[in-house]
Amino acid sequence: MSVEASTPVVAADRRARSRARFGEASRDRVLSIASPVALFMLWELAARAHWIDVRFFPAPSSIAGTFGTLIANGTLLANTLTTLERLAIGIVVGGVPALLIGLAMGLYRPIYAIVDPLISATYPIPKSAILPLILLVFGLGEASKIAMVAIGMFYPVVINTAAGVRQIDRIYFDVGHNFGARGWAVFRTIAFPGALPVIMTGVKLGAGLGLILIAIAEMVGAQSGLGFMIWNAWQILQVNTMYVGLITIAVIGFILTVLLNELERLLIPARTRR
Amino acid sequence: MSGAKIRFENVEKRFALRDGEHVALGGVSFDVRAGEFFVIVGPSGCGKTTLLRIAAGLDQPTSGRVTIAHGDGDRPENAMVFQGESIFPWMTVRDNASYGLRMRGASASHIDSVVGHYLDRTGLRRFADAYPQQLSGGMKQRVSIARAFACDPEVLLMDEPFSALDEQNRTLLQQELLRIWDETHKTVVFITHSVDEAVTLGDRIMVMGADQGRPKAFVDVPFARPRSVLDLRATPEYGPLFHDIWAQLKDEIRFPSAEPAA
Repeated sequence: MSVEASTPVVAADRRARSRARFGEASRDRVLSIASPVALFMLWELAARAHWIDVRFFPAPSSIAGTFGTLIANGTLLANTLTTLERLAIGIVVGGVPALLIGLAMGLYRPIYAIVDPLISATYPIPKSAILPLILLVFGLGEASKIAMVAIGMFYPVVINTAAGVRQIDRIYFDVGHNFGARGWAVFRTIAFPGALPVIMTGVKLGAGLGLILIAIAEMVGAQSGLGFMIWNAWQILQVNTMYVGLITIAVIGFILTVLLNELERLLIPARTRR
Repeated sequence: MSGAKIRFENVEKRFALRDGEHVALGGVSFDVRAGEFFVIVGPSGCGKTTLLRIAAGLDQPTSGRVTIAHGDGDRPENAMVFQGESIFPWMTVRDNASYGLRMRGASASHIDSVVGHYLDRTGLRRFADAYPQQLSGGMKQRVSIARAFACDPEVLLMDEPFSALDEQNRTLLQQELLRIWDETHKTVVFITHSVDEAVTLGDRIMVMGADQGRPKAFVDVPFARPRSVLDLRATPEYGPLFHDIWAQLKDEIRFPSAEPAA
């Protein structure tokens, strides 16, 4: 009786609390949007009042103008597509072997014993430092750009995949064996899905690293791409164009993160569906 | 009586330790009859899980062998219900329950009808598209049971499937298991440390000694089937049987020296 009587009170209380939480969430969202807007306004103001040197920090409104020009004459789109193409190919070229090697490393101890020291020894080398070597080996064409992205993608994915498979509870492999899973079926039904949350973290890291590396690679020995556009703008002192390139790369990074989060949600329904 | 469905012959399992050797199973021999619900009860560390894992082909014996008689058809030799959480967290209830059939390349229509049947029998139909994280411990073990029954093995091996559940859930699942088992009368080897569970479920109970996993006694359980888990406990035969098995086990359990051995 008393339990029944108290139920609506509890429900009302919970509603009130969730409303409070919703209020906090929307307040936080407003703040998150307001802070960059405020920064841009401050920047615009500072530029117009000449508190800052507009040769280095042109007003956002003037950068927006350059944005329009570069979109209109097709330069921005061409360079963006070139960079995206290199990024996409590099992610696949680096990511797929990393995934397969990582799975094999996680599943078979001898393979881990053979490959792990090679990865551990080469991983600490800054990826940007091997650009000259890559240029030497792959030349000044597309291959060297793709190779840089692939290297950036490879390490986080291979390391996370191997670690992800190794942390899967042994019992799941026993279950697989007991119910007749052999070879490829073990990869497909246990090792891969079991390691997927950890693999996705590696993919996000690798894609981010790939974006950093493609920008660097395009600055040296390239005639196209956003990295080239930024570098070239510096050389001919078109500061506005440089900012357009920077903002475009930042937007690509942001969209990449959103897309990968969405991919993660699709691939790992167990973790996100409640 | 039908012949031996599972034959354990001189099954021996030794583990190398730093200071010598541990004998988990020192030459165990016994038969399990076809269609029998065979329960192994024994103290912790008596080697009963090792025995079951060897029967399942998950571990190899140091010497000796386990043979499972094959009927006609291409059914899998065994399917195991594991102790603790063993259903894949990344698959839905339906995909977990159909796992064995899918690995054996069964047709989609066959999988649908068989898995549908066992999802109904275990009360999981409503949760077919749910993921394990949304289920209670009892529900997860139901999935594990459905998975094992669905692939229609020659023998079912169950390794303390209910040991992690609370008493009410355990009683419920025991009853459900008996109900499902009554439909098929599959040969079962069921491991438990609970005497009560052994008496409730089994046709025959093997009491295992703590020393080198030797069978200490075989006890026939006289209760008729189908059984009711609750009514069974109220019968006059239940008490003496429970007592007898406990008496066999008592000597095998090492009590802490400070406490009286009662």
